[in-house]
Amino acid sequence: MDIAVLVKQVPDTYADRRLTGPDLVLDRAAADAVIDEIDSKGVEIALQLTEKHGGEVTVVTMGPERATETLRKALAMGAHRAVHVLDDALAGSDALQTSEALAAALRTLQVDLVVTGNESTDGRAAAMPGMIAERLGLSAVTSVRTLEVDGGTFRAERVVEGGASQVTAQLPAVVSVNEKVGEPRYPNFKGIMAAKKKPVTTLSVADLGLDPARVGLANASTQLVEGAERPAKSGGRKITDDGQGGQAIADFLVEQRLV
Amino acid sequence: MNDRQVLVLAEHADGAVRRVTGELLAAASRLGVPAAVVVGTPGTAQALAAELGALGAATVYAVETPEAGATLITGEVSALQAAVTAAGEPAAVLVAATFDGREIAGRLAVRLDSGVLTDVVGVALEGDEVVTTQAVLGGSYQTRYRVTRGVPVVSVRGNAIEGAATPVAEPAVVPLQVAADPTAPRVLETVPEEAGDRPELGAAKVVVSGGRGVGSADNFHVVEELADVLGGAVGASRAAVDSGYYPHQFQVGQTGTTVSPQLYIALGISGAIQHRAGMQTSKTIVAVNKDADAPIYEIADLGVVGDLFTVAPQLAAALKARRG
Repeated sequence: MDIAVLVKQVPDTYADRRLTGPDLVLDRAAADAVIDEIDSKGVEIALQLTEKHGGEVTVVTMGPERATETLRKALAMGAHRAVHVLDDALAGSDALQTSEALAAALRTLQVDLVVTGNESTDGRAAAMPGMIAERLGLSAVTSVRTLEVDGGTFRAERVVEGGASQVTAQLPAVVSVNEKVGEPRYPNFKGIMAAKKKPVTTLSVADLGLDPARVGLANASTQLVEGAERPAKSGGRKITDDGQGGQAIADFLVEQRLV
Repeated sequence: MNDRQVLVLAEHADGAVRRVTGELLAAASRLGVPAAVVVGTPGTAQALAAELGALGAATVYAVETPEAGATLITGEVSALQAAVTAAGEPAAVLVAATFDGREIAGRLAVRLDSGVLTDVVGVALEGDEVVTTQAVLGGSYQTRYRVTRGVPVVSVRGNAIEGAATPVAEPAVVPLQVAADPTAPRVLETVPEEAGDRPELGAAKVVVSGGRGVGSADNFHVVEELADVLGGAVGASRAAVDSGYYPHQFQVGQTGTTVSPQLYIALGISGAIQHRAGMQTSKTIVAVNKDADAPIYEIADLGVVGDLFTVAPQLAAALKARRG
């Protein structure tokens, strides 16, 4: 089975992340850019499935030039090829526009399964898997912890707020993975060297046949009205426990009318 | 006041409306005339109509099939799409910002070619335009957005909207027909999370969380006992969850539940940025940690440098004693 995995380059969540400019877009220079951890788990699941059932893994990203690093990381893990949706005209795209571009890129591939993370750590919209499935006319099973493919169908354990369910669906489909799906493998030296020679196809707005009047920040379907950084919470009193630390907290809670 | 309808996808279980639906109807009443969309087995909408009316719904759109609940997501999307058509030009469509709700919102936005705004914490009508407020990057920024194309499709964070809509005595129940989706994923079995006696993590007014400093799963009872004295929920840092001290569904942080309680007590949590992103908007933060340089103190209103195994039980005992 052939699988496409969507991967996203995001600012490292261990660093101080910032928004920038009049439109408060993500400041990609402010923090180290890394493959979103959840997406590396998506790559892992896809590799396991192709190791078991045959087929190839194509990793797909949309982002600036630098997002190639994220594709190379996934290729070093073992993905076979990559597609980079790359066009300055796409900068500032919202969810509706991003899903349109990614769906167009996925249409250039013939895959049985599209794998994504359940939500990115920067946008956290958790909308892309469903939006892409909608555009491609596929069913989607989101936020899965386990995934077993059997011929033209699959079974998944889906974990969302309030509980877990066993779900079955037909391929082709879109599946998003949750963070308990398993740890991603580390690329070894051989993988890293091999990744440099693997094919990366670049697709522009024109290549994808997208309407230039619908892409990018200026044509977005949502628009910033205003926004600001919240004032940082500052530390208050810090005491060292002298044997009465618990009592001191109790007094504080009473004084703050919290108990 | 806007006289356009605002559609709310009603969530219900065991014959009752979920709390978040009341919050969505309250939000809807600020944008126009609230209308609920009920997807369920035959008879569900009529049974819920009075309760939805009391929460502010003037109209209840009923999309009922014997199959409801047996398949995923697309049934709800089609129901909302049909309700958008029935409502004429609704001012907005509101759903809860759960995994399901965000997927429903995304799919509906594609069908309607409309802008979608996710996980909003506030809504307002400005002129005749819907403007939403969201807290982004773990609450470090607050932004306000509007939709420039189509019907605004908005997912709303639970426990974020206060107030209530004006009750409606007898809401009109309007049945709608929706074609079934034979390819939708089928749900074979659902195992609900055990609710337990403690409040839901995302909604609790008090959250007591334990981190790596708790040291073991067995030791977590210290965290639970303090939470119970305060009537609060128990949370855990990613480090504690990854170490197997506490189940994943209680994880607070970037990849877990975002909480914003009146009081957050962090026990043995260093306060990595990932954790802070899930709790830094708490009103009051108290931290207990052995390490005097732990970053959690940078945002704690009161920090106690000490051993959580002596401080937390002493605090619990003091609170119990005070209650008498």
